[in-house]
Amino acid sequence: MLKIWSMKQQQDEAAQAGTKKKKVTAAQLRVQKDLHELSLGSTMRTTFPNPDDILNFTLTIEPDEGMYKGGSFVFDFKINQNFPHDPPKVKCTQKIYHPNIDLEGNVCLNILREDWKPVLNLNAVIVGLQFLFLEPNASDPLNKEAAEDLKQNREGFKRNVRASLGGGTVRGQSFDRVLK
Amino acid sequence: MAEVASSSVLNVLEGPRAKWKYLDNILGREGPFTDPEWEPGQPVFEGLERAKVLVIGAGGLGCEILKNLALSGFKDIHVIDMDTIDISNLNRQFLFRHADVGKYKAEVAAKFVEKRVKGVKITPYCGRIQDKDDEYYMQFAMIVCGLDSIEARRWINATLVGLVDEENPDSMKPLIDGGTEGFKGQARVIFPTMTSCIECQLDMHAPRAAVPLCTLATIPRQPQHCIEWAHIIAWEEERKDITLDTDDPEHITWLYQKALKRAEEFSIPGVTYSMTQGVVKNIIPAIASTNAIVAASCCNEAFKIATNANPFLGFPETENYMMYTGDESIYTYTFEHQKKPDCPVCNPNALARPLHVDGNSTLQDFLDGLAERPESQLKKPAIRTEAKSLYYQFPPSLEEQTRPNLSKKLNELVESGEEVAITDPAFPLQFKYKLIFK
Repeated sequence: MLKIWSMKQQQDEAAQAGTKKKKVTAAQLRVQKDLHELSLGSTMRTTFPNPDDILNFTLTIEPDEGMYKGGSFVFDFKINQNFPHDPPKVKCTQKIYHPNIDLEGNVCLNILREDWKPVLNLNAVIVGLQFLFLEPNASDPLNKEAAEDLKQNREGFKRNVRASLGGGTVRGQSFDRVLK
Repeated sequence: MAEVASSSVLNVLEGPRAKWKYLDNILGREGPFTDPEWEPGQPVFEGLERAKVLVIGAGGLGCEILKNLALSGFKDIHVIDMDTIDISNLNRQFLFRHADVGKYKAEVAAKFVEKRVKGVKITPYCGRIQDKDDEYYMQFAMIVCGLDSIEARRWINATLVGLVDEENPDSMKPLIDGGTEGFKGQARVIFPTMTSCIECQLDMHAPRAAVPLCTLATIPRQPQHCIEWAHIIAWEEERKDITLDTDDPEHITWLYQKALKRAEEFSIPGVTYSMTQGVVKNIIPAIASTNAIVAASCCNEAFKIATNANPFLGFPETENYMMYTGDESIYTYTFEHQKKPDCPVCNPNALARPLHVDGNSTLQDFLDGLAERPESQLKKPAIRTEAKSLYYQFPPSLEEQTRPNLSKKLNELVESGEEVAITDPAFPLQFKYKLIFK
């Protein structure tokens, strides 16, 4: 049987110093593990504004094929101490023309919200983001105009994308220049 | 403890232990389920009175837990809660009165129970559990949690796992965790490092129900969708520079009006101020009786663990998790949640082992040394402390930023006794060491 406490309340003096020192948190550990598993390839890279803080970083995606080829897209990742129970918060830092990303940079990607599960990792998220540039999806619109354009006239949509990447104006809305 | 037959009440009113008559019936004699080695009587009474218990949370569950523990014969109870009493708590947090609104929960709860149950000492701490160090947690015989936050659970879990010292059996503190959400709840018992821990069980928490962002943005169907839209999209667009404070009535009013307007555009009825508050703060209606059920079961386990009077939930290799589902008729199921062999908190390698190192050697030397250690044999390690990224092989930008640390001396990077966590893609596990300078 477990003796949960003994008659002696006396504890041996903690042999090691540093009882007050902070411990690596479970969220930090999980992110550290996830970082090993990122497959960035040649089209993605990360930037850590504060290298000591691995819970906040940016991801740059430079698609080498598809309609968004030639662009350089920067996403801000904010991870809280509830990770991986909570998904990372991901926003595009530039104003871009994309059916699944609104003008504020919000991203409609299922695994960032309704389909997030703790078994998913950061790599799943970056693969999802990359996919949005290869296959923009008109059925989950965050930018309704862009989604309409994609649905109605794919060629016109492509032209709009080209214009927007260069910092041009589409339907009266000006976009950030994001060519690399 | 036992149900009091009304005729016997009079007999109880004599002698100092009179009020514990029914408790003593359990602790003073063997029962059909008591361990053959267990000896009933005086030492058990004394053990229960001496057992110092920590209650984390003095809210819906906490009020119940404090009351139950005091009435079960525990005499030395500590309670931590950082919150103050809100008027909306009063319907179920029965240790608080209207005049207490704004005061600290831990303090008011402690005073109330001390006054009501003579002879019990309740020591409140009004603050965060993270304010306290290992030494503080070491003083308790067990910890009972009535929390609503996963983050706090993970923190106390990791702390208690880290406390375990193989040489000292007293360093293993049973963790009894209660949780409720509406009509559902759970009670579980964890023996840190021996049985499945909170981190092993992380996926037992239901994820927060979320609606796709595009639904919010384009085709809201429910009043809640309009509120979430105001919360996530409209606020960012129009009040980006102001941090949303969900306790600020002005902020909630703003969101409410935005949501109401949007709901009108889409002809959706039903947006109200209190619904706005509920959606934004993710309030799940607390049901007092669910709290009572879960707290009662937690406290019975605490009593059995403290006294060994009966077998308890969570004994290694037995059931450790009781789920209670009351939203569709009633269903409970008790099972053994097994330890995850790769749990980042409680797998044997994740326990911070003391490692004596030369503070004047470099980080590179240290990592080279690790590569030779049989248990690690690391190939591409990443290593950090809570505060600092010491070295990351990957991704490339982080490698570049942390590379200069390789040539620094350990004593420039960490303090003696500080914990480092090491992971490596070659291993599913991680290693933690407490570096102690020779």
